[in-house]
Amino acid sequence: MTQVELIALAYQFGLAVAFLILSAAGLAVIFGMMGIVNMAHGELIMIGAYGTSIANRHGLPLVLAALCGVLASTATGVLLERTVIRRFYDRPSESLVMTWAIGLFISQAALIVFGPSLPSISSPLGSVAFGGFSLSIYGLLLIAFGLAVPVAIYLLLSTTTFGLHARATMQNVEVARAIGINSGSVYSATFALGAGLAGLAGALYAPTMSAVPNMGGSFIVQAFVTVVTGGGNLVYGTLPAAAGLGLVQTALTAVFGNLVGVLGLLAAVIVSAKLFPNGLAHRLSGKRFS
Amino acid sequence: MRSVLRLLEGDQTIGRGLPFWGLMSLLFAGALAFGVTAGSFAVENCSYFLVWVFMALGLAFMWGLGGTMSFGQTAFFGIGGYCYAILSTNWGVESGLTMAAALLSLAAVALSAAVLGYFVFFGGINGVLVSITTLAVTLGLETFLSQTAGPKWAIGRAELGGFNGISSMPPLTVPWHGDNVEITGRSLYFGLIIFVAITYLALRILANSKVGDAMVAVRESPLRAEALGYDVKAILFVGFVVGSVLAGLSGLLYAGWGQYISPDTMGLSAAALPIIWVAVSGKDLTATMVGTVVLLGLSQALAIYGSQYALVSLALILVVSIMGCPKGVFETLLRRIDSIGGPGDQNSKPVRKSSLDRSEVLL
Repeated sequence: MTQVELIALAYQFGLAVAFLILSAAGLAVIFGMMGIVNMAHGELIMIGAYGTSIANRHGLPLVLAALCGVLASTATGVLLERTVIRRFYDRPSESLVMTWAIGLFISQAALIVFGPSLPSISSPLGSVAFGGFSLSIYGLLLIAFGLAVPVAIYLLLSTTTFGLHARATMQNVEVARAIGINSGSVYSATFALGAGLAGLAGALYAPTMSAVPNMGGSFIVQAFVTVVTGGGNLVYGTLPAAAGLGLVQTALTAVFGNLVGVLGLLAAVIVSAKLFPNGLAHRLSGKRFS
Repeated sequence: MRSVLRLLEGDQTIGRGLPFWGLMSLLFAGALAFGVTAGSFAVENCSYFLVWVFMALGLAFMWGLGGTMSFGQTAFFGIGGYCYAILSTNWGVESGLTMAAALLSLAAVALSAAVLGYFVFFGGINGVLVSITTLAVTLGLETFLSQTAGPKWAIGRAELGGFNGISSMPPLTVPWHGDNVEITGRSLYFGLIIFVAITYLALRILANSKVGDAMVAVRESPLRAEALGYDVKAILFVGFVVGSVLAGLSGLLYAGWGQYISPDTMGLSAAALPIIWVAVSGKDLTATMVGTVVLLGLSQALAIYGSQYALVSLALILVVSIMGCPKGVFETLLRRIDSIGGPGDQNSKPVRKSSLDRSEVLL
């Protein structure tokens, strides 16, 4: 294998890992902290992409438009948490059904309001040629974001007061409450953060795919797969899980094609669920957050 | 025999005494009368609703009693449907071979449910992760079947057909005096009504037997059940396989009803439907049986205004009903009816969950 081919393959691998991390980040934060499986995750991603696309069409530069997308999904997250989600904190399976219904509502409402698709944004930044193979600069940016998001969340949790309160709430809600932490507002902030991260994924991938109401579906499987494999911790769980799954998918896709890549991904999940029933994070760190 | 019949009533099912059974008999008689008097389109449409009831009952059994929320119901629905389609297309309708195809499909479903259940439960996966693992399997199956277009994906004479699925396989037939009688239209409807009734009663007996009690013990606290000497994994496994086989039964009946099966029946939104039916109705067997038919009728009635409006209204109904009626709409109704009949069941007070259970769920 020549050097060019090797770099091309590494680039594919990076893209696959970044996709897994970015699509899973919001889900992992909410699941890890609150034990809630947010089935409306894909629709929050869709809101992020729609916000970006609409703001961009109204003349905002892409960076600001992406910010609008993230704000839109965060606002939706806050609204959902205030009205519905907070009633379901200690009922994981009801919350799953509930968030599924919310997701269905959002995607169908988007279909009614915005029609079957939005005009697509052109991919920015162009590409660099590399020995007969061209790397998209935007793709490299996505890879950078994929690495930056877990690091940023890690710093948020380990250095800020919010992080301290969040970790305390997660370890033991009763004790956290007893020493004066407002667990309700920690949960609200966590859900908003998760929704915002979902929106970020949508905003970042908006220029690379067509904006349709059920576009969340193309993220959600990978997101679940990564969170199930990794557990709720972004640094100890999502990152290594995404790396492992990305490797499996890239290798299988390169050799056998796309279908075997996706099926291999799902098979890897089942095997890993058997090997690490509590998620990789549990195995790597001994607890869910360090 | 009498001791088995006594299990029709018990702590794990709602409904006891004359008022309840009178109402159920009225419902049964009404369903039969509908089959005789209604037009053939209405009857066939009702058969469509009844086909799904088995899958919903299976989920109510494994989720309501055992606490296993599986997204795999539609995967087994698909396996049942595809197996029947492949076998019956190859074997044809001669001398009752469609019945053999149906039975073999059920066996295939049972085998695949046992394999998946083994990996999940004996692999130590628990809680919400069971739901997500089964979801991954369902979506994997859908992904695989969606790309099986073209002649290279054929088993014997049956082409898997990718997105379009398999169509025009024979309906279920019974050999009768050297002839093959097709079970379609009214005969399918009556068959389904009787089959639903049998399945419902059998599940009630199973739920009130020792198996059902053990499943509830595991649901309330796996740790406590294990300490009391129950084999937690085996109990969850049994509940999962029973529920999944019922989903497979729905699948093959669906394939026989419409002579059509496609990967759509396994997608993300399809996989959540049985969960919605059971959650909105209430996880009791009676509530699920009635609720599934009502909800299917409702979503069909709403679909007249366009599928997106139907889905938006369905989602709203779901949100409102779970917030307003956490125990399920029909379960709450049934408890009302039950309390008319007698002093109510004092034995089944809701068990308070300790904080220990909750931390397990979070883990």
